[in-house]
Amino acid sequence: MIRQDQEALVAAVAADPRYVALVARRARLDWTLSAIIFTAFVGYLLLIAFDPALLATPIGAGVTSLGIPLGLGLILLAIALTGFYVRQANRHHDAQMAAILNDAMAQGRGA
Amino acid sequence: MRALLLGTLALLLPAPAFAAALEGEAQRQPINWVAIAMFVGFVGLTLWITKAAAARTRTASDFYTAGGGITGFQNGLAMAGDYMSAASFLGISAQIFTDGYDGLIYSTGFLVGWPILLFLMAERLRNLGRFTFADVASYRFAQPPVRSFAAVSTLLVVSFYLVAQMVGAGQLIKLLFGLPYAAAVVIVGGLMMLYVLFGGMRATTWVQIIKAVLLLGGASFMALMVLAQTGFSLETLFARAVEVRTQAALANGESAVDAAASGRAIMAPGGFIKDPVSAISFGLALMLGTAGLPHILMRFFTVPDAKEARKSVLWATGWIGYFYILTFIIGFGAILLVGTNAAYLDGEGALRGGGNMAAIHLAHAIGGNAFLGFISAVAFATILAVVAGLTLSAASAVSHDLYATVFRHGQASSADELRVSRLTTLALGALAVLLGLVFEQQNVAFMVSLAFALAASGNFPVLILSLLWSGCTTRGAAWGGTIGLLTAFILTLLSPAVWTATFGLGAAPFPYSSAAIISVPAGFLAIWLISLADRSPRAALDKAGYPAQRVRAETGLGAFAASDH
Repeated sequence: MIRQDQEALVAAVAADPRYVALVARRARLDWTLSAIIFTAFVGYLLLIAFDPALLATPIGAGVTSLGIPLGLGLILLAIALTGFYVRQANRHHDAQMAAILNDAMAQGRGA
Repeated sequence: MRALLLGTLALLLPAPAFAAALEGEAQRQPINWVAIAMFVGFVGLTLWITKAAAARTRTASDFYTAGGGITGFQNGLAMAGDYMSAASFLGISAQIFTDGYDGLIYSTGFLVGWPILLFLMAERLRNLGRFTFADVASYRFAQPPVRSFAAVSTLLVVSFYLVAQMVGAGQLIKLLFGLPYAAAVVIVGGLMMLYVLFGGMRATTWVQIIKAVLLLGGASFMALMVLAQTGFSLETLFARAVEVRTQAALANGESAVDAAASGRAIMAPGGFIKDPVSAISFGLALMLGTAGLPHILMRFFTVPDAKEARKSVLWATGWIGYFYILTFIIGFGAILLVGTNAAYLDGEGALRGGGNMAAIHLAHAIGGNAFLGFISAVAFATILAVVAGLTLSAASAVSHDLYATVFRHGQASSADELRVSRLTTLALGALAVLLGLVFEQQNVAFMVSLAFALAASGNFPVLILSLLWSGCTTRGAAWGGTIGLLTAFILTLLSPAVWTATFGLGAAPFPYSSAAIISVPAGFLAIWLISLADRSPRAALDKAGYPAQRVRAETGLGAFAASDH
């Protein structure tokens, strides 16, 4: 019986247009962020492989080369993107999903 | 006792970049009593925690996941503790000391897998799984084939990683503590077995958390002291490092123009990336391999829910990224404070004790013998935390995936499963010590890059496609994943690090430093093609199971909670 309830609940959630929209929105965010970090890293490697001289260029009059902020920037980008994802999930996605689940459960009890 | 040391720490890391830092001999150091006293303190504390954890380790769930009650913050620290090896600390800082900029390329490669792990997998793993990543990979499939694939893959990845850690540990401890190699390997193997055997995931987690705090604290202090010398200016730090190198080149008789170029070379990418294909291949292995390491994936099941799972990755990414930035500063600090001090150099101007000693000598330069002892003890603790996590994940693959699910068809009691885990832990510990002793004189540098390539080519494609593609079938996952693993394995054997450097068979048939550029697409393609061609009745069931799996993965409906876990 519990199993049947569970199946009905899953079906109710899956049929909810808000669920479909939320999952699509999240998938877009997942893939966009993955593409950003993937492209940034592969781009960084390609730059090192094909134009190391560019990375060796000093910034302004100092000795610090362009490669330093790029490399450290990549580390900071990785942290920033995970932070952004967690913030989106905490601020928006969790509450939206909880509302969908609540409604599905209420609907299950009503039926 | 002198032994040829082929890359004390390169053993723990992929091969090419460490060649420069790690060539040459390293002799056993005089016995360091401060380091030993501090290490004994660490061991005492962790064994006390293990004893406390043992009293609470009664079920398989306690053993595998600490009952699922670890918080996101704790788990993030433990993940960082699981991932930041002694190699990252000593090896990368040593590489920066030698080559400058190149060390940073490594660091970025080790970090960029974490965001991908978060965006595509972390929450879904937690929602679908219970103890091991195989729970997730086999969720809607026939259990025996997919579980067997996942267990074999886990054992392979863990074994290579573990042997590399054991050999590295033996060499490192000989170096830092002045203990014989064999004693060091037995101590590491013995302690690791005690933690895992009695304390399971709870003790392992705390060992990793304590180690992470010690390592981050020690490294922060070193970086701070370095920056204090340069008025907290990175530009000044770099300028002085370039100046040191320019002076050294002038002293070597180079012309003023050449010497200036030699000095500036540490500000630019150097020999690390030889050809673009190797660079991309190696980058892929590091990035995607991180998201397929069984001992890292297992940590997602120690938290109560998906929300804590994603918090763990944020903390882990933050701590690991911070750690690599510190390592960068420490490496340049060593150029200033170690490279210019004759007390740390031998007659030929090389580092005393071997190429990996840059951070260790820097610790001495900053805080004298006491701080040197502290950093040495932290390096030892670091190895223990990493090998404990590895052993636990291999033991789980054997007891939960092979024994309980495949052989007993899910009918094994929690007590039986626990007994098998412990037997496996004993066997693995003994095997790790044995292999550590056997491989003492071998160059096992390729083993960690092999572990990453295997994880990227087998586990990663299977997890991604089983989670996100409705058309994936049992046959596709089990056989496609196996093809990915085999491709990575065979190409690594044919690559320069193994074919030429380890076996001395001449020019390598596969010329690139990592197999990933071929083996990762091979894994994905094989799973896709085999699934498409699969017209079996089981394939229909597999596809029909996707919608329910998807809802659970996205919502957490029906996920194992901390209590029933």
